[in-house]
Amino acid sequence: MSDSELNLLRDLDYSVVQQCMHCGMCLPTCPTYATTLLERSSPRGRIAMMRAIADGRRELSRSFAEEMYFCLGCLACQTACPAGVNYSELFENARAEVERQGLLDTPKRKRIRRWTLRWLFVERTRLHLLGRLLRLYQRSGLERLVRASGLLRLLPASLRELEPLTPRISRRFTAPLHARSVDPPSPRYRVALLSGCVQDIAFADTNADTIYALRQNGCAVRLPDDQACCGSLHAHNGDGEMARDLARRNIDAFAPDTVDAIIVNAGGCGSHMKHYDHLLADDPKYAERAKTWSEKVKDIHEFLAEIDFRAPRAGCGVDQVTYHESCHLKHGQQVSEAPRQILRAIPDLDLVELVEADWCCGSAGIYNITQPETSMRLLDRKMGHVRNTGVRVVATGNPGCVIQLQHGGQREEMDVDVVHPISLLAAAYRGEGEKS
Amino acid sequence: MLSSEASMQVPPLAYIHTRMNDEIIDGLRAFLRDEQILTADEDLDVYSFDGTAMLHQKPRCITLPETAAEVSRILALANAENVPVVTRGSGTGLAGGSVPVDGCIVLCLVRLDKIVELDAKNLVMVVEPGVLTGTIADTASAAGLFYPPDPGSIKISTIGGNVANNSGGLRGLKYGVTRDYIMALEVVLADGQVLHTGSKCVKDVAGFSLRDLFIGSEGCLGVITKVTLKLIPQPASKKTMLALFDSMTAAAATVSAIIESKIIPCTLEFLDRVTVECVEGYAQIGLPTDCEALLLMEVDGHAAEVDEQAEQILALAKEGGAREVRLAESADEALRLASARRTAFSALARLAPTVVLEDITVPRSELARMVALIEDVGRRHGVKVGTFGHMGDGNLHPTFLCDERDEEEMHRVEAALQEVFDGAIELGGTITGEHGVGLAKKPFLPAQLGEVGIAMLRRLKDSFDPQGILNPGKVFD
Ligand SMILES: Cc1cc2nc3c(=O)[nH]c(=O)nc-3n(C[C@H](O)[C@H](O)[C@H](O)COP(=O)(O)OP(=O)(O)OC[C@H]3O[C@@H](n4cnc5c(N)ncnc54)[C@H](O)[C@@H]3O)c2cc1C
Ligand code: SF4
Ligand code: SF4
Repeated sequence: MSDSELNLLRDLDYSVVQQCMHCGMCLPTCPTYATTLLERSSPRGRIAMMRAIADGRRELSRSFAEEMYFCLGCLACQTACPAGVNYSELFENARAEVERQGLLDTPKRKRIRRWTLRWLFVERTRLHLLGRLLRLYQRSGLERLVRASGLLRLLPASLRELEPLTPRISRRFTAPLHARSVDPPSPRYRVALLSGCVQDIAFADTNADTIYALRQNGCAVRLPDDQACCGSLHAHNGDGEMARDLARRNIDAFAPDTVDAIIVNAGGCGSHMKHYDHLLADDPKYAERAKTWSEKVKDIHEFLAEIDFRAPRAGCGVDQVTYHESCHLKHGQQVSEAPRQILRAIPDLDLVELVEADWCCGSAGIYNITQPETSMRLLDRKMGHVRNTGVRVVATGNPGCVIQLQHGGQREEMDVDVVHPISLLAAAYRGEGEKS
Repeated sequence: MLSSEASMQVPPLAYIHTRMNDEIIDGLRAFLRDEQILTADEDLDVYSFDGTAMLHQKPRCITLPETAAEVSRILALANAENVPVVTRGSGTGLAGGSVPVDGCIVLCLVRLDKIVELDAKNLVMVVEPGVLTGTIADTASAAGLFYPPDPGSIKISTIGGNVANNSGGLRGLKYGVTRDYIMALEVVLADGQVLHTGSKCVKDVAGFSLRDLFIGSEGCLGVITKVTLKLIPQPASKKTMLALFDSMTAAAATVSAIIESKIIPCTLEFLDRVTVECVEGYAQIGLPTDCEALLLMEVDGHAAEVDEQAEQILALAKEGGAREVRLAESADEALRLASARRTAFSALARLAPTVVLEDITVPRSELARMVALIEDVGRRHGVKVGTFGHMGDGNLHPTFLCDERDEEEMHRVEAALQEVFDGAIELGGTITGEHGVGLAKKPFLPAQLGEVGIAMLRRLKDSFDPQGILNPGKVFD
């Protein structure tokens, strides 16, 4: 096939594009449509543009490319669509085609993409290295110095805004924390945990809490050493090749047939990992194992609810919490009730519902870097709703959302803590010892 | 004297329009910001259709006015230049009403989205046309008031679209349709002049009711820029019920029996097996997928009255042969059921790429016959049909599931449609109960209205819009 004939949108199974019957039921759930009120920034409009390309009526244009990166990939439209349109597949293929044709290429963008997608988020050792450097920067006093010096003012405003979005790096990464608790003597389930990229270096405690909560529920927890990044960042940013490569590496590292479940505590990673079967469907060597893999991937909340987790006997030290739904947990995986069920099971903890809980916070992978203005607008909207609950603790099941909401708290000078629901559960389990 | 048909022949309105061109676009730029005028290829593509299957046509440009004054200036310019204008709300219409005509300006009103006033003293709300129907319902509800019309598209349709199509909804049986809640309108006429018609007064007979002419006018007579809505008090209590049947005709007969026994539920919705399967496939709320017909019913009012009516209805359903009857246990469950019902049309698209939806309505005593006729037509032409609808209003949506790329199949669908329309008219019904005529039903309108009816529509159109710039070619020629 010549290069001009090759087109990832045209190669898509046509029924996927044709599935949209343009009823508009998804429009009111789309954050970008709410922002512009333009049909092109709506799911229906985006699909129509993709269809025009798939039909051969239009070529990809720069303005199409920009629209595909204006889309958050939050998948709210997919939840809303009664016709069963697979927006996530359309979206990933569209972005991949944009990258294949290099429509948005600039030397700087290429450099950043190469550095993040092809170097940093590939090997965990590299992330660990970056993590250590950042930790040094944050804890040596250098950070305070830089902030005080006004050096940051040299950055353009949009980037300066983002500096506080760099997460606080954990004192220890996940692996040493794994040994903080022990597997139950006669486990009911054998599970393996994805330690994640950001989660591993910035929220290692969340991983430790996840391991603890699993062990409290009769699970033996393995932490595969040679696991790689899950590849969601790559798939969502048009690098399908690397995404497939990482999927293969993880299947090898986890050996899915040796465990009852593969546990993920980051909504974004889990949503993507559940689709390895799809991603590797054409790979003769991996297709079968990818299917087993996809069956076994479980979000931590989903898994705990399925195995009838044990309700803790003590509180978690917090009396009120509100819950923000990570897009890829709610819309990508349809896990919505389980986290609430866990929060409600904690004694003396009151769950206050958040208005528009399932509306994107603007984090959306690296959206807060690529589209800072829209991202901040969505964040302000979210923080407004948080303020209205009057609650000081927000629980959410995805590291990207945690970072974004923490930043929101700083921006609005609000006194809020952002935690993973599982950390509250683990705290409650730990409290049982103290209580007795 | 209009005594004979012959004297009423008014020839089709054959307009000769100017195609929109760059100079006219420059004219628009004189009072609109660049960002309010869209001409990029991608934009022309995404505004080339509405919710109707198979109809598309690219416009020449799209304008996004933000005030009535801007609407007026756009129309004045278009009228002076003799360029067609197609008004659009959210583009969820199901008759092709907002599908552009070649070379036109699309006037998209979604940015006129302010609630101007909630006047609780007079039970009135004043809104701009781009306000979403759901926002109106929520705002009324927050003030303890009620705006009843609730089309399936409530979360995204605009009030302007609702008025222009005189949309119905799930509560039409007891509460009527959009028309019953319109007190006054502000309308920009084809030449840009602004007309105010109606008032906040409960009674008002000053002059002919021009207001009523614009309700259901499908963007052909003027552009609605402000709507004064009537609100009513919230009912104190309500109950939602489900009844499952093993035959469609038994369900239809039950509906007739309920109406005959002088109970007026607010909702009496019907879904056939194909539709229930699709809705359950999406909503996953535990609807049974092995029954031939499902009735979703709701009664509201004072608590005692509601209890009594619910019991009566459940008894009637059992007598009518319902296999199972059930009362929704909580307000949450009732809401889930109604929301699921609203997805019926879109959910049917799970089964086929093209969903051709019809909107026939018959006198309610004829429901069982109409339902049987649809089943029979589908079978004879070998077309898959899913039927659902506002059974209490006699309004059915037989939906033909097909693939527009299969020409042979589309011919069979066309033949089936014709028979369904003929059948409906024969039973004293109408080809459209709530979606309007637009482009999709235009060929079938003369058969229903007759020569005199069409001639009067032409005269009316001619007096409001002599150059025919407003949505030309829609409803009739
Ligand atoms: C899933 C689904 C369910 C639906 N359920 C129902 C239902 O239960 N009952 C029902 O009646 N309809 C239903 N509809 C049809 C549709 O939603 C209604 O007709 C609705 O009123 C259209 O509103 P809109 O804002 O999308 O208008 P559009 O589709 O944009 O326009 C509709 C017509 O109104 C004209 N128009 C729009 N705004 C104005 C204005 N301000 N001034 C003058 N003319 C204007 C347009 O030119 C066009 O002719 C449904 C549609 C869908 C997709
Ligand atoms: S994506 Fe689904 S909900 Fe949105 S317009 Fe298409 S069919 Fe309708
Ligand atoms: S993924 Fe989110 S932003 Fe993108 S079209 Fe869907 S709802 Fe809109």
